[in-house]
Amino acid sequence: MTKKPTVGLFVTCLADLFRPTVGFAAAKLIQDAGCDLEVPMAQTCCGQPAYNSGDRADARALAMQAIEAFEEFDYVVAPSGSCAGMLKKHYPGLFKGDPTWEPRAIAFSAKVHELVSFLTDVMKVETVQSSFSGTVTYHDSCSGLRELGIKQQPRKLLKSIPGVKISEMKDSEVCCGFGGTFCVKYPDISNAIVEKKVATVDDTGADLLLAGDIGCLMNMAGKIRREGGRTEVRHVAEVLADMTDVPPIAGK
Amino acid sequence: MQITTPQFKENATRAIQDASLQKALKNVETGFIAKRLAATDALPEFDALRDNARDIKNHTLAHLDLYLEEYEKKVTASGGHVHFAETAEEARAIILDICRKRNAKSVTKGKSMITEEIGLNDFFEKNGIQPVETDLGEYIIQLRGETPSHIIAPAVHLNKDQIESDFRRVHTHLPAGRDLSEHEALLNEARQVLRKRYFEADVGVTGANFLIAETGSSVIVTNEGNGDLTQTLGKCHVVVASIEKVVPTLNDCAQILRLLARSATGQDMSVYTTFSTGPKRAEDPDGPEEYHVVLLDNGRTAMLGTEFQEMLRCIRGACMNHCPVYHAVGGHAYGAVYPGPMGAVLTPSLSGIEVGGNLPNASTFCGRCESVCPMRIPLPKMMRHWREREFEKHLQPTAARYGLKVWAFFAKRPKLYRAAVSVAMPLLSALGGSKRRIHSLPLAGGWTRHREMPAPEGKTFLQAWAERQATGAGR
Repeated sequence: MTKKPTVGLFVTCLADLFRPTVGFAAAKLIQDAGCDLEVPMAQTCCGQPAYNSGDRADARALAMQAIEAFEEFDYVVAPSGSCAGMLKKHYPGLFKGDPTWEPRAIAFSAKVHELVSFLTDVMKVETVQSSFSGTVTYHDSCSGLRELGIKQQPRKLLKSIPGVKISEMKDSEVCCGFGGTFCVKYPDISNAIVEKKVATVDDTGADLLLAGDIGCLMNMAGKIRREGGRTEVRHVAEVLADMTDVPPIAGK
Repeated sequence: MQITTPQFKENATRAIQDASLQKALKNVETGFIAKRLAATDALPEFDALRDNARDIKNHTLAHLDLYLEEYEKKVTASGGHVHFAETAEEARAIILDICRKRNAKSVTKGKSMITEEIGLNDFFEKNGIQPVETDLGEYIIQLRGETPSHIIAPAVHLNKDQIESDFRRVHTHLPAGRDLSEHEALLNEARQVLRKRYFEADVGVTGANFLIAETGSSVIVTNEGNGDLTQTLGKCHVVVASIEKVVPTLNDCAQILRLLARSATGQDMSVYTTFSTGPKRAEDPDGPEEYHVVLLDNGRTAMLGTEFQEMLRCIRGACMNHCPVYHAVGGHAYGAVYPGPMGAVLTPSLSGIEVGGNLPNASTFCGRCESVCPMRIPLPKMMRHWREREFEKHLQPTAARYGLKVWAFFAKRPKLYRAAVSVAMPLLSALGGSKRRIHSLPLAGGWTRHREMPAPEGKTFLQAWAERQATGAGR
């Protein structure tokens, strides 16, 4: 029997702090796909907030920390297109010209995958077992969509769940207005963008809004609850792993 | 124009509250995007053309001096004159000098962003010359004393009723009871008013979408034909263009033209694509007696060899049409000549990061601009470079900088970070009560002003995972 691939779960700071259920759901999905999973304790954040604030020194320090903690695994998997995009697409550039760290960063980046695309594209998962039942709508988070090409993968796995009906929103590829620190630096603009987004969500009549990034989900959930909307909000992994017992993001 | 970029936040908030503006902005969000998609979907080689176009411009920028020299030679050989202007001030002085020599009283203008960049209209008026904008959108905003809010649709911030009332206010020589309820009627009225102006003009000023080194030609693309009338009916044609508009050959120009209109307006080609080479020759039935090109640098050579060089590939295509921030606030809020993502990179280059710093920050980095850019300009990457410059110069707000430092201090020390979040998150979770959300949170006012803060579940994942592993509950 061939050895199972080893996967280091990069849980991401937002899942770690706000939504542990997503971490457990990711762990279950990765293990069900036939991998040996480990969760290194030396992880904090991928460094994107520093990177996007122009603070390359701290971004580099956090990148080194992540590379050291995760480079031993066959794969590094994160339940976020944004964080996976940072690890995969931006780490090598942080070490450009550095004879030691640039090759290490390139080798590390090659192993990084976003959770759902890892399941479908690498582990060739075709179906998931989930008793979830309801109408869902899926928001394509920007980094996952444009940096990593994640579009059909989550829909494919959702469709393998007998009880799931997908009702697509208009402009599912348009940004929700979160943008990391953008949403607190420019709250009024962020709000104008998320207002449009939740209106398109509402138009679908879906019971549940899903996406692959907790940042976007917290933004949209926070807005839907503030406006008194009816749609509940969860990370797609919660549905795929059949872990929808905890209250949705920002409650019902 | 008056640069109000430092007040971007206030401008944006005002724009978001402006119902009439918001109504007009809907046209950007729906019209341009669908049209571009239809046009690009119909051209299988579109992405291959984008690669070619990028390579053409990269090559040109790497040898910009040679191509500019070649271009100048060819213009001179065709009987035209090339003037190099390092600054906006120099460009204005050169243009005024040309106009003075012809004793010009009235100057028609084709649509041109570069003359906005050098503030030519105000300068003309101060010097007793009447500038007449001939592009319909530009004509409308000139009547209103406004600047363009979009680089290709300058009056996109306006609704039809506003334009109708401007025409009634200004065109007082026309019957008050005339019917202007249809778009067509407004167009015809503008056409009728402007037609006379072309013949009165002493000088016609246009921009250029391309300058061709091989032939010494300048190229403009328009949809109204106003540019053609401006440059052929005036006795003297002055082209104002920035130096990076040059391409080596006609073939290069033709390739990039296949991208331009498809990206910008969703047309296969714009209605008019006009090549001008020198003044009227003896055998030509019409055309200008004099042909001048004012080549403006205004900070562009300083971008060469830096991480902002790729910005000089810009042909003014699709980015702002696809930008969620532009959709939310419109072009005037940017408070600079060039709005949208390309403006967010170019404005700090032209005016300094101290002035333009807001713009590269006001992006969610959604990446849609880069994904539609006909010239494959990595706009988010360059906005991030501007943030790096800001960070190096300590220009960011103190609170943001301090917050980032505190966060990074913990994030770089996993054990300390674990200890801190293991205490903080359960406390924050408790604030969420049974609703699992927090309505108002000190230090997170930017968030809770507009939305609820989702409450954390309780223990952090790593805490809960470690506990499960210890009790053997995990697999």
